[in-house]
Amino acid sequence: MSAEELKQLKPGQGPHEPEKATLEGKNKFLGFWFFLGGETVLFASLFGTYLALKNSNLDGPSTQELFGLELVFIMTMILLTSSLTSVYAMYHMKNYDFKKMMIWLGITVLLGLSFLSLEVYEFYEYVMHDGHTFTSSAFGSAFYTLVGTHGAHVIFGLCWITSLMIRNAKRGLNLYNAPKFYVASLYWHFIDVVWVFIFTVVYLMGKVG
Amino acid sequence: MSTATVQKRGFGATLWDYLTTVDHKKIAILYLVAGGFFFLLGGLEALIIRIQLIKPDNEFISAGLYNQMFTMHGTTMIFLAAMPLIFTLMNIALPLQIGARDVAFPFLNSLGFWLFAFGGVLLNLSWFFGGAPDAGWTAYAPLSVQSPGHGMDFYVMGLQISGAGTLIGGINFLVTIVNMRAPGMTYMRMPMFTWASFVTSILILFAFPALTVGLILMMFDRMFGANFFDPTMGGNVIIWEHLFWIFGHPEVYILILPVFGLFSDVISTFSKKRLFGYSAMVFATVLIGFLGFMVWAHHMFTTGLGAVANSIFAVATMAIAVPTGIKIFNWLFTMWGGNIRMTVPMLWAVGFIPSFTIGGFGGVMLAVAAADYQYHDTYFVVGHFHYVIVGGVVFGIFAGITYWWPLLFGKVLNEKLGKIAFWPFFIGFHMTFFIQHILGLMGMPRRYWKFQPNESLDIGNLVSTIGAFLMAIGTIVFIINIIYTALKEEKCGTDPWDGRTLEWTVPSPPPFYNFKQIPLVRGLDALWVEKVQGNGEMTPAEPLGDIHMPNNTFIPFMISLGLFIAGIGFIYQVDNKQWLIVGIAGLLITFISMFVRSMKDDLGYHVHKEDLEKGAGSK
Amino acid sequence: MKGWMGKSRIVLLFSFLMLFLAGCGDPQLSALQPKGEGAQASYDLMMLSVIIMAGVGAIVTIIYVFVLIRYRQKKGKEDYVPKQVEGSKSLEIVWTAIPIVLLIILAVPTVQKTFMLAETTPSEENKEDAVVVEVTGNQYWWHYSYKYKGEEIQTSQDLYIPTDQRVYLKLTATDVIHSFWVPTISGKMDTNPGHNENEMFLNAYEEGLYSGKCAELCGPSHSLMDFKVVAVSAEEFDQWFNDMKNADPEATPETASAQEGKELFEDQNCIACHAIGNSPAAVGPNLTSFGDRAEIAGIMDNNKENLIEWLQHPENVKPGNKMTGKYGNTEAEKPLTDDEASKIADYLLQLQPSEVTPEDAKEEK
Repeated sequence: MSAEELKQLKPGQGPHEPEKATLEGKNKFLGFWFFLGGETVLFASLFGTYLALKNSNLDGPSTQELFGLELVFIMTMILLTSSLTSVYAMYHMKNYDFKKMMIWLGITVLLGLSFLSLEVYEFYEYVMHDGHTFTSSAFGSAFYTLVGTHGAHVIFGLCWITSLMIRNAKRGLNLYNAPKFYVASLYWHFIDVVWVFIFTVVYLMGKVG
Repeated sequence: MSTATVQKRGFGATLWDYLTTVDHKKIAILYLVAGGFFFLLGGLEALIIRIQLIKPDNEFISAGLYNQMFTMHGTTMIFLAAMPLIFTLMNIALPLQIGARDVAFPFLNSLGFWLFAFGGVLLNLSWFFGGAPDAGWTAYAPLSVQSPGHGMDFYVMGLQISGAGTLIGGINFLVTIVNMRAPGMTYMRMPMFTWASFVTSILILFAFPALTVGLILMMFDRMFGANFFDPTMGGNVIIWEHLFWIFGHPEVYILILPVFGLFSDVISTFSKKRLFGYSAMVFATVLIGFLGFMVWAHHMFTTGLGAVANSIFAVATMAIAVPTGIKIFNWLFTMWGGNIRMTVPMLWAVGFIPSFTIGGFGGVMLAVAAADYQYHDTYFVVGHFHYVIVGGVVFGIFAGITYWWPLLFGKVLNEKLGKIAFWPFFIGFHMTFFIQHILGLMGMPRRYWKFQPNESLDIGNLVSTIGAFLMAIGTIVFIINIIYTALKEEKCGTDPWDGRTLEWTVPSPPPFYNFKQIPLVRGLDALWVEKVQGNGEMTPAEPLGDIHMPNNTFIPFMISLGLFIAGIGFIYQVDNKQWLIVGIAGLLITFISMFVRSMKDDLGYHVHKEDLEKGAGSK
Repeated sequence: MKGWMGKSRIVLLFSFLMLFLAGCGDPQLSALQPKGEGAQASYDLMMLSVIIMAGVGAIVTIIYVFVLIRYRQKKGKEDYVPKQVEGSKSLEIVWTAIPIVLLIILAVPTVQKTFMLAETTPSEENKEDAVVVEVTGNQYWWHYSYKYKGEEIQTSQDLYIPTDQRVYLKLTATDVIHSFWVPTISGKMDTNPGHNENEMFLNAYEEGLYSGKCAELCGPSHSLMDFKVVAVSAEEFDQWFNDMKNADPEATPETASAQEGKELFEDQNCIACHAIGNSPAAVGPNLTSFGDRAEIAGIMDNNKENLIEWLQHPENVKPGNKMTGKYGNTEAEKPLTDDEASKIADYLLQLQPSEVTPEDAKEEK
C-alpha cells in the first residue's frame, strides 16, 4: 500500500477522488472537517466576546469613527477570489493535472499575501493614526484578538500551502500527498468564510451602528 | 522493525519505546501512569484541605496556601487525573471494541498524550516557582487576573497546552469510530462504551475551544496588557464566566458519559444479559450530550442574568434528569433476571448506581433556580459534584481499570484485594460528601479556609474529614493490589471475564497489531453472538495478509516540549522581556518539529504474513 | 457486598437527610431555618424537590435491592444463561413519562418563585417609603449606602433593616466578584465589579441578628468576610437611621484616652481610608457606629482586646487585607505601640451614635 501511494499519477491514471482514495486520506479528510468544527466554536467564542465589548471604546474612536469600508471591501474581494482560485487548484488535482494545480495554488498564495499586507497596513493606520491599540480599551483588545486570530490563521495557511508546494514540486501528485493538498485548501476556504463573518459583524455592523 | 518478536530489552530501550510509541495500548499505559500520578497528587491535596477543615478556626495551613491547595486539587483532578484516566480507558478499549488495528491517527494520539503530559507538568511546576494558582479551578476574573505572582500564569499556559492535547484526542477518537469500524460493526451494534466515547468526543470537540478562547483572553490580560476583564478599561468580567461554563458544563458530561458506557458494558457482562433497552440507552446518551450544551448558565444563577434566563436554564437543566433516569432504570433492568457475578468491576458498578442516583437528585435540586440561590457556591454544590465525579467518574475509572487490566497487562487484578479496596473507599466516599450537602444548607460556603467555632459546623466537617481518610485507605489498597498482582498473579490468557464484546476476542495483552485478521461482526455483543451461535470465535472478514503499521516517532514529544518551553518563556517575559527569547525558541522547536513531520514521508512498515503465520505474539 | 447493606445505607442516608432538614444548624446562619421571604421561598422549593426525589429514590431502592438479592449468582448456577431480553417499549415509556410529569410539578413553582424573587424594584406607591441600600463588596468587608425618604447615610459591615418589608439592595463590588448571602433571610446574589449591577431584596420576618457571608471566592480572607444583618422594628429602624444621619464626626470624646485616640487616628492618617460620618468615600469601612458593631473585622467579638489585636496585627487576623502596612511607625509586625493601639481602640469603641444596636436585635429574639 505504502510504496504505491508514492507513485506519481498522471491525468486519467488515478481513482476518481484522489484525496479520499486511501484510508489515511479518508481519515484526514474527516478529521479535518471535525477540526474545522472545533475552529468554528473558537471563532464563535471570539465573535461573542467582540460583540460584548465592541462599544467599550472608552475615549478611543468608536467603530463608526474607526472603520472605513473601502480597504476592507478590497481585502474581502481578494480573499474571496483566493478561495475561488483554490477551488480551481482542487479541480485540477482531481484531474491529476499537477502543473495547473500548482499554478492556481501559487495564485492563491499571492492573493493571500496581498490580503495580509493590506491587513498589516490597516492595523498600522489604526495604531499610528487613530490611537486604537490592543491595550487602549476592551474594544481594542477584542478587535485585535478576533481579527488578529484570523490573520494568524491566514499566515499559517500560507506557510502550510507553500511548504506543501515546495516539498512536492518535483515528485508530482500521488495518493499520499493528494489528501494533504486537499485539506490545506479546505482550511483556506474556512479562513475565507470566517472573514466573511468578520466583514459583516465587525466592519459592516460597526459602520451601521 | 518489521518482526514482532518480543525480547527482553534494557531500561533505556523500553523508555525510548514509550517516548516514541504510537501504539494505542502503550499510550493507554502512558495515560494511566501520568493520570494515576496526578490522581494521587490531587488526592494528597484533598487530604490537606480536609485536615485544615477538621476543626473550626484551624491554623494547619495559611489562607494563601489553602487557596492554592483547593485550586490545584480541582484543576488537577479534572484536567490531569480524570481526563487522562478516561483517555486510558478509551485508548485501551475503543479500537479493540470496534475491531480496529489502531486509532485513525496514531501520530496524533501520541501528540495528544505528550501535550497533556507537558501541560500537566507545567501547571504543577508552579508549586516550585513562587506558588500555585489560587483563584479556584474556575479562575473567575478579575480575581484570577489580579492574582499576584505567576501562579495563574502557570494555570493559563498549563491548561492551554494540555487542553490542546485533549482536543486532538477527541478528534482522533471521532474519526476512528466513524472510519475504522470492522465490517458488520454498524453504529447500532457498537458497544455502549464506544457510543459514549463517540458522544464524549463530540463534546470535547465543541467544548474545548471555548476554554481555549477563555484562556487566550486571560493570557492576554495577564501577560500582554489587554483589558477583557478589567472594568475600568471597559472590560466585562462576566465574559469569562460564560466562556468557562460553555466549556465547563459539557466537560462534566465529557467525564461522565464514557463511564456510563463503561458501566453499561460491565453490568451487561456480569449479569450475563444483553443491555436492556440498548437503543434507548444510545438515544439517552446522545440526548444528554446535546442538552449538555444548553445548560451552562445554571452555574451562573446568582451572577445576575435575570429571571427569564434563569428560568429557561433551570427548566433545560431539569430536562437532563429524564435521559439520566432512563439510564438508571435500564441498568437496573439489565440486572433484572440476570445471573449476577459480583466481581470487582461489577461491585464498583453496583456501588455506582445508588451513588450516582443521589448525585442526580442533587443535580435536579440545584436546577431549581430559586432554591439554588441558597445552594450556589456552598458545600451543597461541593457535595453534589463530588457525588457525580467521584461516585460516577472515579468509581467508573476504578471499575474500568480493573475490567480492562488484562488488556493492559495480561493479568486480572486480585479480586480479594479489589474488594478490600472498594469498601473503605465506598463508605468513606459517602461519609465525606453526603454530609457536605447538609453543611452547605447550614450556611457553609465553599472555598472556605476556616469556619468559625460557634456555627454548628464542627461535627459535619469532622465526619467529612474522617471519610476522606477512608477513601485514602481504599486507594492505597488499590495500589497494593497493582503491585501484588504484578508480582504474584498468573497470566490470564484470552477472555478472562467471559466477555461479550470484541476486545475479549484478542489475547490479553493483545499483540501490537491487535487483530491478526479483522473480525466480521454479526450482531450486537459480537463475541456473545459467536458464543451462542458459533464456535465462540470470530469469523475473519479478510484473509490473512500483510499488516500495515505506523512507525514510532519522537516528533510528538518534541512538539510538546517546544510548547512547554514556550509556555515558560511567555510566563516570565512579564518580569523581563528577555524571556521572550525563550518563548520564541520554544515555538521554533514546535514549528520545526511540525515542519519535519509534514516534510518527511512516514509510510510505516508491514508485518508480513509469514511472520503472522509463525504466530508471533499471537496464539 | 450484600443487598441488605445497600438498603440500610440508603435508609440511613435518607433518615440523616430528614433529621437535618427537620431543623438543624446555627439559627442565625442555617438556610434550613428560614426567617425571611426569600429564604422561605427557597426552602419551600427545597422541600418539594426533596419529597419528589425521595419518592423516586424509594422506587429505585426497592428495585435495586430486589435485583441484587434475587438475581445474584447462586452456587451451582454458574453456567446458567439468562434470557437475553432486548428491552421493553412500555417500560421505557413509563420511566420517561413519569419523570417528565414530576419535573413539570417541580418546574412550575420554580419559575414562579424565580420571577417572584426578581421583583427587585419598589412598586410605585411604595417608592417613597422603601429602604434602598447600595451594597458594595470589597476585599474583605461590606459597605452600605442607604437611600431612605430622600436622605442618605453610609455605614459598613452591619446592615440594619426594618422587619416585615422588602428592603431593596443594589449590589456591586469595587475589586473582585463577591457574593452577598444571608442564608436565613434570602439566597445569595453576586456583587460584580463594573457595570453589571445586581438587585435583590431582603425581607426579614422576625427581629434578630443574622449572619451573612461572602459566597464567591475573593482572595485569601474570603472565609473571613462575614457580616451581620440587624433586623429591627420599623420604628427602631427609623430611630437608628436618624441617629446615624445626625451623628457628629467631630464630637469630642469624653475620656482623655479616647481624645488622644482621636488625635492618633488623625495623625496616623486612618481618616484617609475610613470615613466617620456620612462622607460617601469608602476605601475602608465607614466607622461612624464602630462602637456598636456586632463584630470586629467581621469575625471577632467586639471588645477592646480584640480591637487592639486587629490594629496591631491585621495580617494575622485577616490575611491579604488592605489595612496592613498603611499606618504605624516602624515595624510592619506591630505598627502601633500597645499604648497607641489602646487609645485608638478607646476612641473607636465610643463611637456609638445610636441607641439601637445589634444587642437590641439579639435580645428581642
